[in-house]
Amino acid sequence: MKKKILNNLSQLGPLIGLIIIVIILGFTSDSFFTLNNILNLLRQISINALIAFGMTFVILTGGIDLSVGSILAFGSALTAGMLSSGMDPMLAVFIGLLAGLLMGAMNGLIITKGKVAPFIATLATMTIFRGATLVYTEGRPITGLSDSFSFEMIGKGYVFGIPFPVILMLIAFGVLFFILRNTVFGRQVYSIGGNEEASILSGIRADRVKIWVYSITGMLSVLAGIILTSRLNSAQPTAGTMYELDAIAAVVLGGTSLTGGRGWITGTLIGALIIGVLDNGLNLLNVSSFYQQIVKGGVILLAVVLDRRSK
Amino acid sequence: MNEPTLVEMSEIDKSFSGNHVLQKVNFSVQPGEVHALMGENGAGKSTLVKVLTGIHPRDNGTITVKGKEVDFSHPKQAEKQGIVVIHQELNIIPHLTVTENMFLGKELSIGKTGILRKKDMHKQTLENLKRLGVDNIPPNETAGNLSVGKQQMIEIARAISTNAEMIIMDEPTAALTDREITSLFKVIESLRKQGVSIVYISHRMEEIFQICDRITVLRDGKSIGTEQIKETSFDAIVKMMVGRELGDRFPERSSVIGETLLEVKDLSREELFEGINFQVKEGEVLGVAGLMGAGRTEIMETIFGAAKKSKGQVLLDGKPLNVTHPRDAIRAGIGFITEDRKDEGLVLNLSIRENVALTNLKTVSKNGWISSSKESVLVDDLIEKLHVRTTGREQEVKSLSGGNQQKVVIAKWLGIQPRLLILDEPTRGVDVGAKKEIYNIINQLTEQGVAIIMVSSELPEILGVSDRIMVVHEGKVTQIFNKGEADQEKIMHAATGGE
Repeated sequence: MKKKILNNLSQLGPLIGLIIIVIILGFTSDSFFTLNNILNLLRQISINALIAFGMTFVILTGGIDLSVGSILAFGSALTAGMLSSGMDPMLAVFIGLLAGLLMGAMNGLIITKGKVAPFIATLATMTIFRGATLVYTEGRPITGLSDSFSFEMIGKGYVFGIPFPVILMLIAFGVLFFILRNTVFGRQVYSIGGNEEASILSGIRADRVKIWVYSITGMLSVLAGIILTSRLNSAQPTAGTMYELDAIAAVVLGGTSLTGGRGWITGTLIGALIIGVLDNGLNLLNVSSFYQQIVKGGVILLAVVLDRRSK
Repeated sequence: MNEPTLVEMSEIDKSFSGNHVLQKVNFSVQPGEVHALMGENGAGKSTLVKVLTGIHPRDNGTITVKGKEVDFSHPKQAEKQGIVVIHQELNIIPHLTVTENMFLGKELSIGKTGILRKKDMHKQTLENLKRLGVDNIPPNETAGNLSVGKQQMIEIARAISTNAEMIIMDEPTAALTDREITSLFKVIESLRKQGVSIVYISHRMEEIFQICDRITVLRDGKSIGTEQIKETSFDAIVKMMVGRELGDRFPERSSVIGETLLEVKDLSREELFEGINFQVKEGEVLGVAGLMGAGRTEIMETIFGAAKKSKGQVLLDGKPLNVTHPRDAIRAGIGFITEDRKDEGLVLNLSIRENVALTNLKTVSKNGWISSSKESVLVDDLIEKLHVRTTGREQEVKSLSGGNQQKVVIAKWLGIQPRLLILDEPTRGVDVGAKKEIYNIINQLTEQGVAIIMVSSELPEILGVSDRIMVVHEGKVTQIFNKGEADQEKIMHAATGGE
């Protein structure tokens, strides 16, 4: 019982950190606690959060995915290309997401069947997918997308006053939360990360689970890319560069162990919020973007050190 | 016994967060004696050793070394006074050579330059090994290429190179082959003659009688007594350890042996084993004996689908069984309790509930959704049935004792209601009381008609539990004995390839 409370306390760490940062920013900036700013902030984090949700699954299995930013770029470019050639927007989005799924599956296949370490495998595909994006776009942004209401809705729309990307993020969160907690698949993700050999010997097809995990991450990355494309009304060949780092940071800030087997997706949402709030708050305070990076890195380091201490 | 006592620990007390793990424990070691330290898992043996070497500070009591009171705060200080511990998990860096391992942290260099005196170290390594009577370990060999037994010799040699006067060995024979055990005992004998004391921690009763002079038994953190080995007996020691008569070491079984369940025909795997033929019947225990590395575990892995066969066939109920993944074997009703509990049996940072559910996800879920009520019922039933000593199903398996961890592994497999259960070294590192419980479980299963294959390196266990005994030597079955036909000599003879 005592241990359970302690356990919960250590899970609360990220939340407490978030609250502290929010309180500090609330006192120092007048515009922080306005409804407008908060909705804006949530919309900003939705892209990182969606990628980080997938990354949580990957990291829980003991892996890592460096290619998410490149997958985002290729999926966005592909979707934008189809849109600009006049394809039905929903079909274009569907094909884009499917492409994300396949790129993720490719990562998974290289890692499981090719027995390549996830870091190396996705480092390679990160470069390959980025190159493919540059080839496909000829290095230029794709503009002149559809003026379809439904496509614009994805990035710019509101439902009951809430930005549509935020709704997408919350739906994804809800679904993935239940998958991790209440499904066989979720249980397998944890056990593979905890001890892959024992999981296989318990009859779990670890390769298949991992391929799915990378596929889901690929798809979520493209979903994030489509939101970005819809907001900007164009697809940039360099979109998503370094996004993998923000996603990994969100997962780690949320308390998920990089060695796998231990963690939770709620933490990742909080982690993404911490990063978003820092970005937003430092902007409001007119801190130079150079210093912002130092502060962000410092906070990540501090969070991880505190987490180590409590264990 | 006129010589002064080497180490004397008296009235040692130690608590961890209110949990009294050592209570007024007395333990003393004379120079040049081999002293067994025994007790069930959790009796306080490792804590006592850790208190002695300064890993844990004691709450109360005194420790003297050669009459002088000491108070170590770090194992290095104990080492300076000649007390060295050799842990079950060896402290060898596999990529370094024997010599490099031997001088780890105390390399010889020219003055303080850090430039290594390689020739001198090479020479000293040879001398150290020679002092142990070991001449088959080349100092330039990479340690990782050596067998566990030889790696252990490096550790022992390293200990005596620091002029150790007392070496504490924790389960030293757990991972050794019989031949290696014999050479370890020779080394212990020669150390004793050189006046070095050995504290010998082991669950293997036979070894205690073979090499020890005295024995101290701990139970529930208290010292129960110290006896001369010559004046005590197997049953007396067991009684001291568990606090009651344990009855027969191997309980009687009343199972009816039925039809042939599993038949293995000409099974082969390249370079590991070939032409394996045997059968197991319902309600029968087939014991599998052999030296370590003979291929026993590999045969079982292959039947279970964890490794690919190169040739041969496995029949279940007379029908060919095709397994390409453990999942297929599990669906056919085969369970496999692996030799290595920590690496292959359990996910240590998950709870008992999650570990037990791992093999039973299909039973406790519907369309991919886990029913937590079904899961809890299944897990609680098994915890009760197997008498797992725990605070509840949510306890992390990491914090359970060895015997209880093993019961969780067994629980995992009982959940699938196996028709055939393969147990690989099921009682390794498990104390006498828990051992007997495991034998009882085997009996209950066979009474329900489950077929059992039990791989074990403990001959008394093989002889006491099996209906038939299959002996494997260098990847081949050399002999299959019926109950009553075999004895230790015959098995060893077959296991070493004797004709």
